Amino acid sequence: MTGLLVTGIGVVAPTGVGVEAHWSSLVRGEPAIRPIEGFDTDQYGVTLAGQIRDFDPKAFVAPQLMVQTDRWTWTSLAAATLAAQDAGYEAPEDAYATSVFLAAGSGGNEFSQHEIQGLWAKGPKSVGAYQSIAWFYAASTGQLSIRDGYKGPSGVVVSEGAGGLDSIGWARRVARRGTPAVLVGGTEAGVTPYALLCQATSGRLSTATRPEDAYKPFDHRANGHVIGEGGAILLLEEPGAARARGARQVWGEVAGYGATHDAHHHEDPAPDATQYARAIRLSLADAGVTPDEVDLVLADGAGVPELDALELEALQRVFGGRATPVPVTAPSSWTGRLMAGGSALNVATALLAIRDGIVPGTAHLDDPVDAPGVDLVQQNRVQDVGTVVVLARGFGGFNSSLVLRRHQEEQAA
Amino acid sequence: MSTPTPSGRRVVITGIGVVAPGSMGREGFWEMITAGRTATRRITFFDPSRFRSQVAAEVDFDGRKLGLTAHEVHRNDRFVQMAMVAADEAVADSGLTFGAGGADDAPDPDRVGVTLGSAVGATMRLENEYVAVSDAGKHWLVDPRYATRFLHQALVPSCGATELAVRFGAHGPATVVSTGCTSGIDAVGYGAQLIEDGDADVVIAGASDAPISPISMACFDTIRATTANNADPEHASKPFDARRDGFVMGEGAAVLVLEELDHARQRGAEVYCEVSGYANRCNAFHMTGLRPDGIEMAEAIGLALDQGRIDPDEVGYVNAHGSGTKQNDRHETAAVKRSLGPTAQQVSMSSIKSMVGHSLGAIGSIEIAATALAVKRGVVPPTANYGVPDPECDLDYVPNTAREQKVDVALSVGSGFGGFQSAIVLASPTRRSA
Repeated sequence: MTGLLVTGIGVVAPTGVGVEAHWSSLVRGEPAIRPIEGFDTDQYGVTLAGQIRDFDPKAFVAPQLMVQTDRWTWTSLAAATLAAQDAGYEAPEDAYATSVFLAAGSGGNEFSQHEIQGLWAKGPKSVGAYQSIAWFYAASTGQLSIRDGYKGPSGVVVSEGAGGLDSIGWARRVARRGTPAVLVGGTEAGVTPYALLCQATSGRLSTATRPEDAYKPFDHRANGHVIGEGGAILLLEEPGAARARGARQVWGEVAGYGATHDAHHHEDPAPDATQYARAIRLSLADAGVTPDEVDLVLADGAGVPELDALELEALQRVFGGRATPVPVTAPSSWTGRLMAGGSALNVATALLAIRDGIVPGTAHLDDPVDAPGVDLVQQNRVQDVGTVVVLARGFGGFNSSLVLRRHQEEQAA
Repeated sequence: MSTPTPSGRRVVITGIGVVAPGSMGREGFWEMITAGRTATRRITFFDPSRFRSQVAAEVDFDGRKLGLTAHEVHRNDRFVQMAMVAADEAVADSGLTFGAGGADDAPDPDRVGVTLGSAVGATMRLENEYVAVSDAGKHWLVDPRYATRFLHQALVPSCGATELAVRFGAHGPATVVSTGCTSGIDAVGYGAQLIEDGDADVVIAGASDAPISPISMACFDTIRATTANNADPEHASKPFDARRDGFVMGEGAAVLVLEELDHARQRGAEVYCEVSGYANRCNAFHMTGLRPDGIEMAEAIGLALDQGRIDPDEVGYVNAHGSGTKQNDRHETAAVKRSLGPTAQQVSMSSIKSMVGHSLGAIGSIEIAATALAVKRGVVPPTANYGVPDPECDLDYVPNTAREQKVDVALSVGSGFGGFQSAIVLASPTRRSA
């Protein structure tokens, strides 16, 4: 059986707005992590982030909707528009035939901070009419379904960084139950004073001031990660439905998915990579793919030495028996970690790698840690990519793995 | 377009835990709602005098007294603590043992999942901490020196799923579901799908919310969604009554143990009911507004019934969303008429929000708990505070007094900001032989 097809990709990320802008920035190795703009970061001990430049929300969001929504929702609405355009998708006559199933991590941060600020400084009457619909985690999904008229079964999953992959896992359940098209993925907008402070309490943010020193997954000098904003939204379609509407392209096929939980939280982390490895194995089994058949792994790349070591352990457990080490790259190193948006963006990147046969290297991976059985990709590489595993972890023990495969046109019977 | 469960795997509820206002645990909750007693009162958590709505259904909750460690209380927002307590009760009720050293029939930890619903997550902790780091709203550039260590968990509500997975050593898929006020139905619906699809045999599924804080009260004040009946807090929540003037904020949690039918049978588990169908739809209309026709909710109800191969005339009880806003109760009445046809005129339909308030995402799971108990025990809880009929709400709302009634099939429905409409069907295990 053929899995769901990815027929459209919309990217709004530090690397650019639009799938091609993202890819070109990534392939050229342009620095998207820079000093934070928009507020003074002196007191946070964290000065860098991956912020979206060249994003004009007015180009995507009507003025009356802009005032009701947070930047997070603007990026989601823009990414969804771009995904539908990329797919040539127009809402079908049956409004129930399209679902919106996004991941969220942190909600409408800037909007909410502003309203809470007003409440405490001036009193309850200063809170505006839109706080109740702008902050909560379902805001972007709800606004998107309303704007585009999608009435199918919709949902919002929260599993921190793993959310982008988990939204695809849930989309498959929706499709199995009869909905032919599902918008998945997600975006974030947490580069704001309070959200930055909150994220910094994880103890995992790099305090380096130069981008090349800050987010260095799998490097001996790894010292934490950098946060970022944005993400990607993708359109998944059931193959028959995509064919019936004459979809103009197929980026690839969702071949397998697996998710596990460590049953450990970050104060008492998992002692080994058992559950992470199991998530990868589940996704491979689901796809009917052996470890030998995997051409590339897009790693979570936490950038924290202990977490990087656990990820390499998981990879070695699954792929260690191969004749040739499995190529592994961590594209988040170029953008920062976008929470739920990051794993969605990695799905887009994986599909671009399949299309062009180019593997982007990991940023600032100057001095890789010892990684037996794993081929850490430092520089861009030209190679055929037919099957990719995308990995993601969510703070608090979430492990998810997705297998994407180049789409083979079915032969006429 | 409906597709019945692809695998044929069936899902039953074998454990229930509840943290609800005005009561203690599952049995306290059931006693209270079947007695028709209300838990709404003037807000005590903060001085509400500057707010339009000053009424809420608060839980007198002390995590330490309910078995949580000091560490668990320290690192978690109230919504997580309430979920943990409800989950403990649900798991004890199910008779399942988890983790190392468990009984012979303990489930494989790799096959135990977690789906926790929450509309607003750790909003209370986020606000309390904000007051400190901003010096009560004085500084936009908040001061990290006054921040506690656990704000990342507060920012991202998936911490709730983490705590439940840790608690029971669950290594299966885990997630938080956050679809606003339908979160509690959707979390249970998704949990059931995990079992149907073969990805888990047991799922700890439920929802929790703790939104009784100044920002939440203020944001509903401005859109006049909550009641202004401050003079009579105990009777402020009046679903389906012509005098209703908005919902009463609530808080709480309910957690269910969902189990694959054969898994439950093999260990001889007591079954409350089967989760026979679940569906959700969006109205794609308005973030807060509802069209009076109820078409999308009716669509969700119809699909959920189809999944269970249940005819509308088999439905004996509808646990309503019944928030007590003008538009919701009218919308929902129309949706039930549209989906159940002539049966709507005979069905018992009640809103427990009249007693326990509207705890946003949590209430969906609390209502599923009430519905499962109604199916199991043959008693339908009433709609309290019902006195003046509304011509637009003309069904049988079980006014004020619980009703003894054998319920083979029950519906629980929800509607929320964002346009989400959800329905879940619970059926008595004796309804059909299998």
